[in-house]
Amino acid sequence: MIGASSPRKEGRAKVLGTAIYTDDKFMPGALHGLTVRSEVPRGILRAIHFGEGIPWEEFTLVTAADIPGTNLVASVVDDQPFLIGIGEEITHSQQAVLLLAHADRHLAEKARRAVRLEIEELPAVLDIQSSLDLQPLIYGADNLLKEIRIAKGDPDPVWAQAAHVIEGEYRTGAQEQMYIEPNAMLSVVEPKNGVLQVTVWGSLQCPYYVHGALKQLFGLPEKQVRVVAMEMGGAFGGKEDYPSVNGGHAALLAWKSAKPVRLIYDREEDLACTTKRHPSRTRLRTAFAADGTLLALEADFILDGGAYATLSPVVLSRGAVHAASVYRCPHVRIHARAVATNTPPPGAFRGFGAPQSLFAMERHMDICARKLGLDAVELRRKNFLRMGDTMATGQVIREDLDLAGLMDRALTAIGYRDKRAAFALTNPEDGPIKRGVGFSVFMHGCGFTGNGESHVASVAGVEGLADGTVAVLAASTEMGQGKNTVFAQIVAEALQLPVELVDTAPVDTDRVPNSGPTVASRSTMMVGRILEDAAIGFKQALVQQGFLAEPYTPETFQAAVAKAVAALGSLRCYGQYHRPPGLQWNDVTYQGDAYPTYSWACYAAEVAVDLDTYEVKVADFVAVQEVGRVVNPTLAAGQIEGGVAQGIGWGLWEEVTMQRGRMVNNQMTNYIIPTAMDLPRIQVIFLENAHAGGPGGAKGIGELPMDGPAPAVVNALENALGALRLDEVPMTPDRLLERCEEVTHG
Amino acid sequence: MRGYLPDFDVRVPASLGEALDLMAQRPGTFTPLAGGTDLMVVYNAGRLKPTCFLDLSRLAELRGIEEDATSLCFGALTTFTELRECRAVHQHFPNLVKSARATGALAIQNRGTLAGNIANASPAADTPPSLLAYGAELELVSPRGLRRVAYDQFHRGYKSLDLAADELLARILVPKPAGRGFHYFRKVGTRQAQAISKTCLAAYACIEDGCVAEVRIGLGSVAPAPVRARHAEAALLGQPLASLPVAAAREALLADMSPIDDIRASAHYRSVVTRNLLGQMLRELANA
Amino acid sequence: MADRIDLNLTVNGADHRVSVHPFTRLLDVLREDLRLTGTKEGCGEGECGACTVLLNGQVVNSCLVPAVQAQGAVVVTVEGLADGERLSSLQAAFLAHNGAQCGFCTPGMLLSATDLINRCPNPSDDQIRDGLAGNLCRCTGYAKILDAVHTAAADTGAPR
Repeated sequence: MIGASSPRKEGRAKVLGTAIYTDDKFMPGALHGLTVRSEVPRGILRAIHFGEGIPWEEFTLVTAADIPGTNLVASVVDDQPFLIGIGEEITHSQQAVLLLAHADRHLAEKARRAVRLEIEELPAVLDIQSSLDLQPLIYGADNLLKEIRIAKGDPDPVWAQAAHVIEGEYRTGAQEQMYIEPNAMLSVVEPKNGVLQVTVWGSLQCPYYVHGALKQLFGLPEKQVRVVAMEMGGAFGGKEDYPSVNGGHAALLAWKSAKPVRLIYDREEDLACTTKRHPSRTRLRTAFAADGTLLALEADFILDGGAYATLSPVVLSRGAVHAASVYRCPHVRIHARAVATNTPPPGAFRGFGAPQSLFAMERHMDICARKLGLDAVELRRKNFLRMGDTMATGQVIREDLDLAGLMDRALTAIGYRDKRAAFALTNPEDGPIKRGVGFSVFMHGCGFTGNGESHVASVAGVEGLADGTVAVLAASTEMGQGKNTVFAQIVAEALQLPVELVDTAPVDTDRVPNSGPTVASRSTMMVGRILEDAAIGFKQALVQQGFLAEPYTPETFQAAVAKAVAALGSLRCYGQYHRPPGLQWNDVTYQGDAYPTYSWACYAAEVAVDLDTYEVKVADFVAVQEVGRVVNPTLAAGQIEGGVAQGIGWGLWEEVTMQRGRMVNNQMTNYIIPTAMDLPRIQVIFLENAHAGGPGGAKGIGELPMDGPAPAVVNALENALGALRLDEVPMTPDRLLERCEEVTHG
Repeated sequence: MRGYLPDFDVRVPASLGEALDLMAQRPGTFTPLAGGTDLMVVYNAGRLKPTCFLDLSRLAELRGIEEDATSLCFGALTTFTELRECRAVHQHFPNLVKSARATGALAIQNRGTLAGNIANASPAADTPPSLLAYGAELELVSPRGLRRVAYDQFHRGYKSLDLAADELLARILVPKPAGRGFHYFRKVGTRQAQAISKTCLAAYACIEDGCVAEVRIGLGSVAPAPVRARHAEAALLGQPLASLPVAAAREALLADMSPIDDIRASAHYRSVVTRNLLGQMLRELANA
Repeated sequence: MADRIDLNLTVNGADHRVSVHPFTRLLDVLREDLRLTGTKEGCGEGECGACTVLLNGQVVNSCLVPAVQAQGAVVVTVEGLADGERLSSLQAAFLAHNGAQCGFCTPGMLLSATDLINRCPNPSDDQIRDGLAGNLCRCTGYAKILDAVHTAAADTGAPR
């Protein structure tokens, strides 16, 4: 039931090692597919040269010229080709030019190395400033992938009148999702009942995204394309939009060869060419009254969107809406831009723009507190949003909101005051270890921004099976977050059944409706809510058709379902998303209810810095959040712990090193994620505040924990080391040394 | 996985003698293979040139740790785990225990070998600084006989070893420190485990009459090969613990290092941090 | 081009003989020749530990072991941890604590943890961290994995 830590439905298979991930699926006679990519960031593809010593006639080869339908990946904007053709422009390093396949995987790799791409190089844009300066122009009329303006009140007159105006610039680097299972696809394309059938099995978050992309790639109707989501070894957004690309590639090879194809990326390739978190640059200007009241906020928020739009418009949207964070401010101007560069396009990664803008604002608040001579805690307390306040988009807070209580709870749990006092005494002493505590307060909008849910119009359902059990029909995918279990709990609760009688249908587009992508922290809240409705409808159908009488027991319910299925052949009930009354959003003015609700949090970190080596150890961490109602406490805690680990990694160690527009530290040994020895135990506290829109009052939780750790850790670094220029993540030891020397060397 | 299997062959000699004969008959043909934890990574990445491996992993003559009154003698195939678990290593060479513990993680330590760590000749390897600090000696074997080389003479430059085409590294001899000894080891990696060294300093000093009677400092990741910090050593030799010339030693260390910018750290970071490690070492030495 | 070898090895108590190129990775022998797909490939460079198996009683990265060096070896993979349908204490503890989220690191993690508890029957948090340092997890932040190992270590129905 809701609130219980029901064990994972697929847990047993995972500990037995019997769960089948994409590369585990046995496909006899399959060819091994590989991709030949540009190593040049921008240029014109002149020719593809096939080297000596390879039996090319044995190979399946696919170029842009082979594509039967449209050579564009269906996405928010259809601007990205699947393959670049002769005479066309290469717009980023690692762009796919040629696909090849052979039964011998070793020979396939040898062949890949034997292909030489002849590219006439062009000047490339490799950073945000060059893109803004149009040095050169590489996309559209102005190198902009998307631009958003959010305005509330009028900040302009405020600057001159305010007691204090403080500016700051903050940067965040790219981040790699580093799911332990690299991207993987299998495909079979064969005639079925006289027409071509394209089937793809893969590690993917959004089966209907891939379905739509394949339809467009092959020019086929809905019924001739089938996408099956396999067990996923982690995703975090990294398998949200990219699978349309590698799914398309696998299908093209399967189609050309008329054989099954395996397209399994190795880690080096995955790191170099798949999507990452968008790098960002934020410039903030804030006006304060003498007592610390926030009077005006101006944010210039820029994302490096790579060579194509992909998800940048949506990432930018979320980042822009979150830029003002959790503070009440009467005059706000947010100018957000996603700029094009000649780099592999970034995509989705847990947080999706919010970690970037929240890092800036939460860092900025601490710096403002210091410059104003005020306590960082009290500066925030004075300016926190409360019920009835208006956010930057004009959204009115209609729920009981106690950010001060949240903050106080976190600070008490980590011992904030005592530690600050103690460290103030010990830090000035001799010895290389300096300690600090810091915190961040933040929110995460649940579900899609604005009208997104209405556009998707998700459908999910419940089906009776012959044995009298119930199956959940939804396109949501399991990637470790436990959605199979949570959905079962929600439906079981709605039907008053034990959770053992509810299970999930395989996520196969032939079987399940489009309940939307598994993203945006929406599955529990949005799809779960639809499933609640579908379950109740299902029960009502049983009652109305005379199979079931109320009240019932689980046994009589099961018998009723079995009987109904036997009599009718099948019994399904679907629900669809309906926008809650009272929610309004204008996509043009960016005004209104950006999200149906928000989850709120305060995270606190204690750090120890070794000034001999500039290594930072996170000694303690507290995560306090209000997420409506917790459906499954164990799974929910797991989400927080995992998200905090990723957030700390982003804050301290995870750096994507680019040279000539491509990642050069593309090996696990050189892209540093935390090991078990690098993280402390994390104290997780949930506060509940039921939200009417979610099933049982649940809000979204998956991405929230990504937003808070980096600013909390960097704020703690400032407490440990003093007023250094700590305005960037990752704050690696090399970078920290540099910032310390800025102060000592003047 | 990018290794092209058909390019590779493996011979499994039944004895050290057979291995040496094979190498002598066809110099340059074979790549000696021990635990494979370095070579297999390069192979998997498709960056290994075609070769025939000579699998030494079963040669009993290369295994074992022997102890006598004055030294410990490690067979070439001694693994990092064996170093960690050997009581005599804990007793006499605590830096070697730390080196072993700092290498990769357990799965690597179970397979990686001392000889592999030396012969792979990475400047970032974790045991060489400790071997330099302890004044290790290598025993090289070929059909022509045995040859001893002081380890601090073994590296000639980046991936260039005093190792003839027909020679194998057979044993590593490490003299037991005598008298009142001070040991220091610190590796600074990219994280707390599974980390390649950004810099590493290992030191051994012998103290007599309150002065530094003997000192050896081994450095990793700050030069084309593991090196002795001879300038820093010279600044410390004979000095009283009560007033060690910290500034002079840190300054002298600059002449011992030639760090580079690479994917893990900048040359500047390495230079600053290695001097700080020396500073920490001297703080501990002063309190010894 | 090398001749194939007859590789004899015992995996999870069963004897096998397969004809392979001597430099085939043990990981590929397990997954492809023996169709034991529980052991995973996450990196191919000995960093992530998803390919961890027990080789002659020691944890190793099977992506770094060439077949020729596994000749005559005794190997244990995740498929060998349960006793028929009965989960090992460690597997049961992982299930109870949600120590497996996406589950991809789990097979390797279970092997390393099984080895750890055998060597160190009552490990502290720090000892567990040290024992599992070579197994990367991206989902859990390791917290529930540590809890699961503590529970399994305390369980008197000792794991294999």
